[in-house]
Amino acid sequence: MTEIIVVTSGKGGVGKTTTSASLAVGLARRGKKVAVIDFDVGLRNLDLIMGCERRVVYDFVNVIQGECTLKQALIKDKRIDTLFVLAASQTRDKDALSKEGVERVLNELTEDGFDYIICDSPAGIEKGASLAMYFADRAIVVVNPEVSSVRDSDRILGLLSSKTRRAELGNGGVEQHLLLTRYNPERVASGDMMGIADVKDILGIEVIGVIPESPGVLSASNAGVPVILDDASDAGQAYSDAVARLAGETRPLRFTEAQKKGLFARIFGS
Amino acid sequence: MGLFDFLRSRPKNTASVATERLRIIVAQERAASGRPDYLPLLRRELLEVIRKYVNVDPDAIDIHVERDGDSEVLELSVALPEKAANPAAAAAAAASAD
Repeated sequence: MTEIIVVTSGKGGVGKTTTSASLAVGLARRGKKVAVIDFDVGLRNLDLIMGCERRVVYDFVNVIQGECTLKQALIKDKRIDTLFVLAASQTRDKDALSKEGVERVLNELTEDGFDYIICDSPAGIEKGASLAMYFADRAIVVVNPEVSSVRDSDRILGLLSSKTRRAELGNGGVEQHLLLTRYNPERVASGDMMGIADVKDILGIEVIGVIPESPGVLSASNAGVPVILDDASDAGQAYSDAVARLAGETRPLRFTEAQKKGLFARIFGS
Repeated sequence: MGLFDFLRSRPKNTASVATERLRIIVAQERAASGRPDYLPLLRRELLEVIRKYVNVDPDAIDIHVERDGDSEVLELSVALPEKAANPAAAAAAAASAD
């Protein structure tokens, strides 16, 4: 059975594409057949994060408009056999996506036996974002522990429970999870950043992962290697944990406590 | 935090301020999201009409849509000021005083 997962947030720059890439790689690494689709028409970026930007020939809009087949447009990942990327169009206007067209592509992927389809949503609540979430079975809402991100996430949660196919059919709605990114345990400990419990409390949904603020994320995007493949980085390990939870395993949260300071640092400050 | 930091007064921690602000605004926006789009405009126009007769406060009008079985009920409540400050009566009183 195919599961469609939307990665969304409302606010831009919180880590949707980084998350989409890492979740897709993580699920594929577990032997699942995964397609990851960039819905950000006009501002394509998933290809860069996945490191396949020079292999994009056809894109999502080409497929929808019948200018190529889906097979031609799917870019096979060089690292993992069961992972495919569908890039967003760079040049066309945003109206190039249609509900029928998106549904057709998703149905074809389902028939091709994909286990997971990850929809990387654009920021905002315009057409691209609403189409990315419309057909979803599950939603990963990416949120930074920061006021504007949390508020926007709440708007998105409202849309997920009203403007999606599952909400319209009334069969339980879209399963929603929170993924906190750019989490800084030291700043939480000093009272300068909202903690996991605060964000979870305000938004009222469960947390599937907490990704610490980490230099590894920028290095990974520089190199075009999704950060989950960097087993040495805390962010990569935190994404692996999130993928495991997505697959139904229970894993305790890691990298969410401030490092204990030594006696010297405690006496003289840092 | 070092030993000497205790001597300095710390400003109220910003994370708890953020949490408190968010709790309020999110609750407000959730309450607003279920309502029809025309409610704010309806509220404003009703306020204008009422103010022709009674000088009520801008926030004296409470407007709700509630679902009652199959039908929806538009509920409107206006809190009148304690002393009826009727502009027409006030004008008449001013005229007779001349």
